[in-house]
Amino acid sequence: MSSPQVLHVGCAAGFSGDRTDAAAPVVDALIASGQPAVLIFETLAERTLALAQLARRHDPSAGYEPLLDELLRPVLARCLQHGVRIVSNFGAANPRGAALRIQALARELGLAAPRIAVIHGDDVSGADHHAALRERLGPALDARSVVSANTYLGAETIAGALRTGAQIVVAGRVADPSLTVGPALAHYGWAADDWDRLARATMAGHLLECGAQVTGGYYADPGLKDVPGLARLGYPIAEIDADGHCTVGKPPGTGGMVDEHTVKEQLLYEVHDPSAYLTPDVVADISDAQVKQVAPDRVRLTGVRGHPRTDTLKVNVCFESGWLAEGEISYAGARAEARARLAADILRERLRDVGPLRADLIGVASVFADDAGRWWHDAAADTPREARDVRLRVALRHADRTQAERLAREVVALYTCGPAGGGGVRTALRPTLGTLACLLPRAEVAARFEMLD
Amino acid sequence: MDFITVPLWCAAHGRTGDKGNRSNISVIAWHPQLYPLIVEQIHETAIARQFRHRQPTRVTRHLLPNLHAMNVVLDDVLDGGVNDALNLDSHGKALSFLLLELPLRVPTALVPLLRGPESTISTGDTP
Repeated sequence: MSSPQVLHVGCAAGFSGDRTDAAAPVVDALIASGQPAVLIFETLAERTLALAQLARRHDPSAGYEPLLDELLRPVLARCLQHGVRIVSNFGAANPRGAALRIQALARELGLAAPRIAVIHGDDVSGADHHAALRERLGPALDARSVVSANTYLGAETIAGALRTGAQIVVAGRVADPSLTVGPALAHYGWAADDWDRLARATMAGHLLECGAQVTGGYYADPGLKDVPGLARLGYPIAEIDADGHCTVGKPPGTGGMVDEHTVKEQLLYEVHDPSAYLTPDVVADISDAQVKQVAPDRVRLTGVRGHPRTDTLKVNVCFESGWLAEGEISYAGARAEARARLAADILRERLRDVGPLRADLIGVASVFADDAGRWWHDAAADTPREARDVRLRVALRHADRTQAERLAREVVALYTCGPAGGGGVRTALRPTLGTLACLLPRAEVAARFEMLD
Repeated sequence: MDFITVPLWCAAHGRTGDKGNRSNISVIAWHPQLYPLIVEQIHETAIARQFRHRQPTRVTRHLLPNLHAMNVVLDDVLDGGVNDALNLDSHGKALSFLLLELPLRVPTALVPLLRGPESTISTGDTP
């Protein structure tokens, strides 16, 4: 008798803009395993969807992951030939548009038409949901120019699409771990209230959802935390057993590493209360979780428990919130830091009526600092002004573009009106998005899938 | 017993995550025997002091003894979060390195379990 089959889920993207050559080694390893396999791409951060919605305003056929072709072209044929199914949220603001593009791509590659499912129901920006959102967000919603409103869907619709025979599932907003829970639910046929198993698969999905962040990416610190081969990182594969427990590894011959420390960092990433990690599928509890290295580059996660899911789904509303203006100028050599500080003082005075100005001395005091300038003043008191290569960076926000544009003009004017020797001015002005969040009762959200003809 | 004082990063590593205006930072002991020291010394008060310029409205530690780790949650430290902050690092991605600069007193018997350059560990202040 053959040993029981174990679902393999590989992740080839952890955000929109991730490495597009990551998928090929993952697909090779999935095929070599001879086990049932799914490839996921997670490409939707909080604001990505709003940006996609803006893109769709300009071009109704756009609004899905801009790198869709680059992500899929290298692996689509092999996935379809070897039965590796693809599940992703790369549909963003236009899942149907993405599905049509994949259909066309398959034609271009000379492949038989794949069965593609499109997930609907996450978009709650329409008139149907306005009253429900207004009830929960209150007057905060009224004055806003809303760009997008999406609810985080769960795994059930994805599982339904896979059970119906979809080879590719294209979603917009779904909870990141649900990209993994959906395939596990479909493969093992767990009950929808099998909280422990759902929670275990959820944490497997959580380990996968940021791509290389579990395989040595975002981990290295030379001399302290050395990681081999960061330029050719292997992306993760989770082997999920019938009880939902998982072992995380990576394709052979790739860079990076998987050990207990890389897995712990990712396990706790963006978690608040470890006993209540909320998703649409379950409340996962990792209070008693354990990780164990079982082989080189293979770590097993056990001890995850589940509790009943909540009655609501989270909604993110994105709206246009004004303008971010930034400017930079460099000072070098003797008294560079003092000259950069003087330049900041000049800009604060010139822009006083526009609003609070943040100033950073890149290389001296910048990212740890706070917008109100408390760190700046401490740093001024504590450190001798001896830095010899300093880049001053200033930033402000304003609802009105014309006012925000004044920052760029004032930074450029430092060339002739500022301290001696300033150079390398760069300025930027970009529109900004704000977000509001609320919870909607599940009954108000109609998730469904559509099989593309 | 003799002690030396080292930066926390000799005894632990961590990663920052963000949701809205809230930051979470994991602190993961390099060795199980170092974990009790971290639990004892890297408490809410010490953490709040290290982040005082960001004026957290609440600091919560969640202990994960099986993982020899704790999850630190800092409320309202991101100047409004990724949408509103003027910081270059509006996610607060770098903040784990601020937390890992906290001092940790380590009994000399446990010094072999620390990581990091010889100079940092051997020149730790001996009180």
